[in-house]
Amino acid sequence: MFEPVLLRNMDVPDGHLLATYEAGGGYQALAKALREHTPDEIVDLVKQSNLRGRGGAGFPTGMKWSFVPKRAGKPKYLCCNADEGEPGTFKDRIIMERDPHQLIEGMAISAYAIGAETAYVYIRGEYVLAIRRLEQAIAEAHAKGYLGTRILGSDFSFVVHIHCGAGAYICGEETAMLDSLEGKRAQPRLKPPFPAVEGLYASPTAINNVETLACVPHILARGPDWFRGIGPDKSPGPKLYCLSGQVRKPGLYELPMGIPLRELVEDHAGGPPPGRKIKAVIPGGVSAPLIPECGLDVGMDFDSLAAAGSMLGSAGVIVIDDSTCMVKVATRIIEFFHHESCGKCTPCREGLNWVVKVLRRVEAGQGAPGDLEQLEALCKGIFGNSFCALGDGAAMGLKAALAHFEHEFVAHIEEQRCPFH
Amino acid sequence: MNMREKIEAAAARYPDQRSAIMPALLIAQKDHGHLPGPVLEEVADILGVERIWVYELATFYTLFHTEPVGMFHLQLCDNVSCMLRGSEDLLRHLEVVLGIKKGGTTPDGLFTLSTVECLGACEMAPVMQVGDDYHGDLDIARIDALMDRLRATAGQATGAADLAAAAPPGE
Repeated sequence: MFEPVLLRNMDVPDGHLLATYEAGGGYQALAKALREHTPDEIVDLVKQSNLRGRGGAGFPTGMKWSFVPKRAGKPKYLCCNADEGEPGTFKDRIIMERDPHQLIEGMAISAYAIGAETAYVYIRGEYVLAIRRLEQAIAEAHAKGYLGTRILGSDFSFVVHIHCGAGAYICGEETAMLDSLEGKRAQPRLKPPFPAVEGLYASPTAINNVETLACVPHILARGPDWFRGIGPDKSPGPKLYCLSGQVRKPGLYELPMGIPLRELVEDHAGGPPPGRKIKAVIPGGVSAPLIPECGLDVGMDFDSLAAAGSMLGSAGVIVIDDSTCMVKVATRIIEFFHHESCGKCTPCREGLNWVVKVLRRVEAGQGAPGDLEQLEALCKGIFGNSFCALGDGAAMGLKAALAHFEHEFVAHIEEQRCPFH
Repeated sequence: MNMREKIEAAAARYPDQRSAIMPALLIAQKDHGHLPGPVLEEVADILGVERIWVYELATFYTLFHTEPVGMFHLQLCDNVSCMLRGSEDLLRHLEVVLGIKKGGTTPDGLFTLSTVECLGACEMAPVMQVGDDYHGDLDIARIDALMDRLRATAGQATGAADLAAAAPPGE
């Protein structure tokens, strides 16, 4: 029986308060880290755990930390990416609303490991309750000496500030987030230099997702072997899966990394509504190419999903049943990327505008012969040619919809109507 | 604290005043309801930064409003997870009930109706944000009950005459 750790306080009354967190052993991992380990040892423990970032890219966390230079001659920063904006994704919001101390403890340990004394939590402005709870938790942690100067009697000092976003999906891209934190329009930066070397205010900066940081206290408390013992070798650990769409029990589920997508959707989330069949599933937020029903026997981990032509992304699993028009779903997804394009590069800014126009026309029953070829050509022009992954995500999603549900696009064009309306 | 004091307190969190523009705009918007040109210029002056930097942010990020919005800003999510659970029907219903189209504000200045990209609450789709609060698992009946509660709240808060006076210009 799998024991949830990240969601252990979700149903506990006042789970967001320090007293509740401490009663469950909270901040013991921070005390242990400061008392028993050097920063380098913490980095090594996280490397041994094989924790891979939970924000989408899956880069090994310990390795990312090890890129932060030890002697930089500048302050180092830790940035928590809490700008959760990928449609289908809500895991970080729930951690911050219901168990914010788990994040703060993870940040304190992580900051100690890389030598940062200041952190910013970049949190989307819509998350008002999460912001309030996090502010309260930071104040509680300060009052108890888990944040501030000489934490728990050590030489380590650390403060956490909240920085509220203002409604731009691109801020989830780490370098765009840094520009936004510096008070600029959020647009991605050219890499290299990578943020670990030259990030916030041109200083060494580690950027980690909320769920990634929330894993850190558990790795310290239970050891890297425990973490690595859950799920596949190359993508281990407990994982939060967000289930939404046309499924009986939408919600947040903590299960081992690598659980089969079909088991997740049909057993844990109850399958499609009565009388309906699953048509397709988007496994990792709308950036992740959809998987048709016949492909659901795939493990929910970075490598298995990549091998299946999709990606784990944010693990925002959106279930689509057989009552739904896939042209409409594809159109809505591209409308999102078009709306959220930051405008920096032409393939994304102009290409998605063109794609949206064609898709809206096809969906409305006004498609023309050659539209599908044009969509394919536009995808080719965007993918690999946009400045950041936003354009790639849009193009990959549309290509998957065209590949698996071409007959629906063709029906719209040939019948000059939407067969589902 | 007044707006200047709140902005100065927020700015103390950063080594560079430019970083404080976004928090300052959020503070100013909370105080003024929206961000007209003079408010943007005041923010720039308080922080001692270029005015164009403030304009750049106010027009880039969707949570900043340079035009007035109603007392209750209804922000209905219509992204995929909410769309799959009926947000389109809710939008049509709200347009009929309020007598305005998406993007509009009711003549009494009470409601502005918008659709927004994902609110990050897909587990309770369809979902709508009103002010600071999320309302999820919505259907027509729940929307109607919510609108009744908002109207009652508005009535208690201001009275009808004050509301008419508070209507945004041009509406």
